[in-house]
Amino acid sequence: MSEDKATAKTSQPGPEAIESVEELLAHAYVIEVDAVERYNLLADQMEVHNNSELAALFRKLAGHEEHHAKEILERAGDKALPKLKSSDYKWGEFEAPEAAELDRAHYLMTPWHALQMALRAEKRAFAFFDQLVKTAKDDEMKKWSEEFREEEAEHVRLVEELLTRYPEPAEDWAEDPDPPVYLE
Amino acid sequence: MTAHTAPAFKASDYKSDIKPVWCPGCGDYHVLLSVTRALAELGRRPEDVACISGIGCSSRIPAYVNCYGFHGVHGRSLPIGTGLKVARPDLTVLVAGGDGDGFSIGGNHFQHACRRNIDITYIVMDNRVYGMTKGQPSPTTEPDWDSALSPGGTGLSPFHPLVIALASGANFVARTFSGDPNRTTEVLVEAIKHPGFSFVQILSPCVTFRPDERGWKDVVHTAAVEETDDPARAARRIMTDDGFNIGILYRGNRAPYKLTGREATSDTDQLGEMFAI
Ligand SMILES: Cc1ncc(C[n+]2csc(CCOP(=O)(O)OP(=O)(O)O)c2C)c(N)n1
Ligand code: SF4
Repeated sequence: MSEDKATAKTSQPGPEAIESVEELLAHAYVIEVDAVERYNLLADQMEVHNNSELAALFRKLAGHEEHHAKEILERAGDKALPKLKSSDYKWGEFEAPEAAELDRAHYLMTPWHALQMALRAEKRAFAFFDQLVKTAKDDEMKKWSEEFREEEAEHVRLVEELLTRYPEPAEDWAEDPDPPVYLE
Repeated sequence: MTAHTAPAFKASDYKSDIKPVWCPGCGDYHVLLSVTRALAELGRRPEDVACISGIGCSSRIPAYVNCYGFHGVHGRSLPIGTGLKVARPDLTVLVAGGDGDGFSIGGNHFQHACRRNIDITYIVMDNRVYGMTKGQPSPTTEPDWDSALSPGGTGLSPFHPLVIALASGANFVARTFSGDPNRTTEVLVEAIKHPGFSFVQILSPCVTFRPDERGWKDVVHTAAVEETDDPARAARRIMTDDGFNIGILYRGNRAPYKLTGREATSDTDQLGEMFAI
């Protein structure tokens, strides 16, 4: 009989465990840096697979997130932010809330898919800060969390607006008459 | 250190400028993120790290990591990594590859590398299939995995790499999931720091030939029991778990390999004399 009965997916605590403004700002910064890294990785993938429209879109998203990361550091002023390690993260999930889902990438994906991916990421980030607003340990933490939550809400609105320009692709969007690999 | 002052190393410092050619969606992208993050957390200088691999999709990883690298011969990554570590004990040596590379053609090397307990970290991106050669079953494939190349499944018992590693003498044994890059990073940091042979099995879905493995993110779970330094207990746990138990499963105190101390010579004339008839 196994000792290892299935338990929670992750042992990591959630945002409610964030204790200070400095820790909150460090998490907000990591969220953006992580998003930059992933959007760039996705742009690289699309370049390799000759999907140049998507490569440009992911590169643009990476640029936006990079700008946000810089802004956070500027707004933090002279607050000493802790340098978080992966064991310090308080996402309560496998990944940072705004992480683009690398496992959902496809070489034939369209801007609609990319924006849906971005939308899910922004919504998760909103939920993260929303949770922080509810569990903030003091007024200053609450104020910052509310600001970040508002910004994420704005990003959600922007992505939704962009999405109106791209209709949902037909169901057979992933069908490739000349696939790069053999599949059953 | 604060986030204002640039950290000594960022994960991006370990990412080479070669763009990966893996299929979009492949779990190996997450492994790349985790490896680069672990090196940044450890603060190892890129020139103090070497990444050695065999052949396979996963074995392409040395090209994508900014450090010394060697993309070797199929199944022979461990002998190369072993030789390098013995010659250059100052280097952090990561050996990486797939389940085919490590457990089929490289299976014998795997056992003996564990037995030698050299201070290297062996990362196997286990997708239970040969990705590069288009979907043949590997030693870790489920016996009933039905595919065009193995109709009805192989019917063969899967290889248990963690148990084999433990029984053969590895000093650190862990299982992680590529889609959980934070934990994978944490485990890699511990594996690299721990003396002796560290073996990390990373469940890393092959979305092209095993699209069913996308479902792994819903079945993996945190190991409920604390890590142990007792090999018998670790073996019992690993033998009886469901294969999706994530965490450090064994962190031992076995003495890592040491050179005997006897003066080695690099003088070829002197070496030649030993073989003179
Ligand atoms: C000596 C030799 N035998 C066979 C091959 C063909 N071959 C290349 S990669 C591979 C298996 C790859 O599977 P795995 O190591 O699991 O890596 P993945 O591609 O799934 O990441 C095989 C059999 C080879 N390159 N060299
Ligand atoms: S074939 Fe499989 S293992 Fe290879 S790159 Fe594609 S998804 Fe990854």
